[in-house]
Amino acid sequence: MFDIKDLYQEVIVDHNRSPRNFRVIADADKTMEGFNPLCGDKLKLYIKIDGQNISDIAFDGTGCAISVASASLMTDAMKGKSIDEAETLFNNFHSLITTENEIDSDHLGKLAVLAGVKGFPARVKCASLCWHTLRSALIGDDKPVTTE
Amino acid sequence: MNKKSNAAQQQNQSLGFDVKKIRNDFPILHQIINGKPLIYLDNAATSQKPKNVLDAIEKYYREYNSNIHRGVHTLSENATEAYELARLKIKNFINTRSNKEVIFVRGATEAINLVAQSFGRNSLNENDEIIITELEHHANIVPWQLLREQTGATLKFIPINDNGELIIEEYEKLLSKNTKIVAVGHISNALGTINPIKTIIDMAHEYGAKVLIDGAQATSHTSVDVQKLDCDFYAFSGHKVFAPTGVGVLYGKQALLEEMPPYQGGGDMIKMVTMMETQYNDLPYKFEAGTPNISGTIGLGAAIDYVNEIGLENISQYENELLGYANQLASEITGLKFIGTAKQKTSILSFTLKGIHPHDIGTILNNEGIAIRTGHHCAMPVMERFKIPATSRASFAFYNTHEEIDALIKAIDKCKKVFN
Repeated sequence: MFDIKDLYQEVIVDHNRSPRNFRVIADADKTMEGFNPLCGDKLKLYIKIDGQNISDIAFDGTGCAISVASASLMTDAMKGKSIDEAETLFNNFHSLITTENEIDSDHLGKLAVLAGVKGFPARVKCASLCWHTLRSALIGDDKPVTTE
Repeated sequence: MNKKSNAAQQQNQSLGFDVKKIRNDFPILHQIINGKPLIYLDNAATSQKPKNVLDAIEKYYREYNSNIHRGVHTLSENATEAYELARLKIKNFINTRSNKEVIFVRGATEAINLVAQSFGRNSLNENDEIIITELEHHANIVPWQLLREQTGATLKFIPINDNGELIIEEYEKLLSKNTKIVAVGHISNALGTINPIKTIIDMAHEYGAKVLIDGAQATSHTSVDVQKLDCDFYAFSGHKVFAPTGVGVLYGKQALLEEMPPYQGGGDMIKMVTMMETQYNDLPYKFEAGTPNISGTIGLGAAIDYVNEIGLENISQYENELLGYANQLASEITGLKFIGTAKQKTSILSFTLKGIHPHDIGTILNNEGIAIRTGHHCAMPVMERFKIPATSRASFAFYNTHEEIDALIKAIDKCKKVFN
């Protein structure tokens, strides 16, 4: 049994209430939409790329607290990262929310607050939607992302 | 015991409706979910099954499992008899003229697809029009969109007002001599609105259009008399009316069904097959190709027995009382907005909570052992109409109690605490 506070930690509630980087970048180099048809979560990512680095990243859309907080935390974490670093972070975050075993989450910084999602399997997709969208924008096939 | 639950307990008994006894008929209700007693408020998605239904299914598999309409052996005869008895029970349940008008299908979705493909595809062309409504479940939208693509017919929608009621004046404007099919839900799954289907049917008939009623949400709450309604087709699913999944019913007027070609080909729907041609079987078998869901159908018959024993009048009276109680308590919650406030509605409480996404509400309630549905309820056009991505929907059945509604309200308060 999981305490609901394991999922809705203060950082998550705060990022849901006032999401960071919640804006449109009009001259974005890449944009990508993500959609969860089961619950209707929709988000759009805007990315500025300078050489191999993400110089700016923002998002807008609608979704549950988990998906909004996750996008807010992810965009915060991605600023200034190289595309390779983004890929590593993607893999680490994915392990954080899906693997049974405790993993070393020090290098994930604030993103580690989403670890509670793994106690609520129905919500893993909410937390990972923005990440799959980012990955598709950076290395994917330019098709909108859907969780189904 | 606090004052509120005292009042709640009195109300449970106020109608001479013994909920405690009824709950004992439903084994699934007596379990712990996330450390709390299960409170099942997702009845509009699927209903729970009483013991007599479970027993009927088990008895079939333990004692007379065999294929129907084929063998001369005793088991097959018993299975055939039980299957056809279920048909007779349905005939009486919705008052068809004949048991030839009761077609067993997989569910309401298949029933609607059957009508769209067998009736619609063979009788519509690009000058014809189909009318549905903005309230429909996707199951009563997509089959008509497919038919529109196949025939070139036009698809039109009856809009709804801010309460979630169909605007009949707008319907009147849509009707014309080109209208061939009107397909309307009896009760909205997303909002609980009970549509004035008798009026809708009569108006369509003035223009010679045929009417299909999607009764998926209706048969567990209200009695249906297809002859009085004079609808041309009526579809419903077993699993929403305390029977297993995978079985449902299409009622059609016999004269129409006789004219319609088979929907699927296979065993049981034939009289004689040669390599060159096939002579189709009589109604209702013409539309029942292949081995059907025998155990599910027998289970559906048992579910109808159960509903009849309690009585739909008693059920709807008790459920209305539950809804009234829930509405009253919910209206005191700051930030809660009702979605769907029709004057005529069934026991569905669809709502939004300011600043909290329905998906989060669903998770927090589940942690309290409370099962509700959150999302678009397979009715995306309804969500679009109200400019919301989703709602939280608690839907009550006659085995729910006033105490469970107290717990729901308390859990909604908890959602607010988590986010504030």
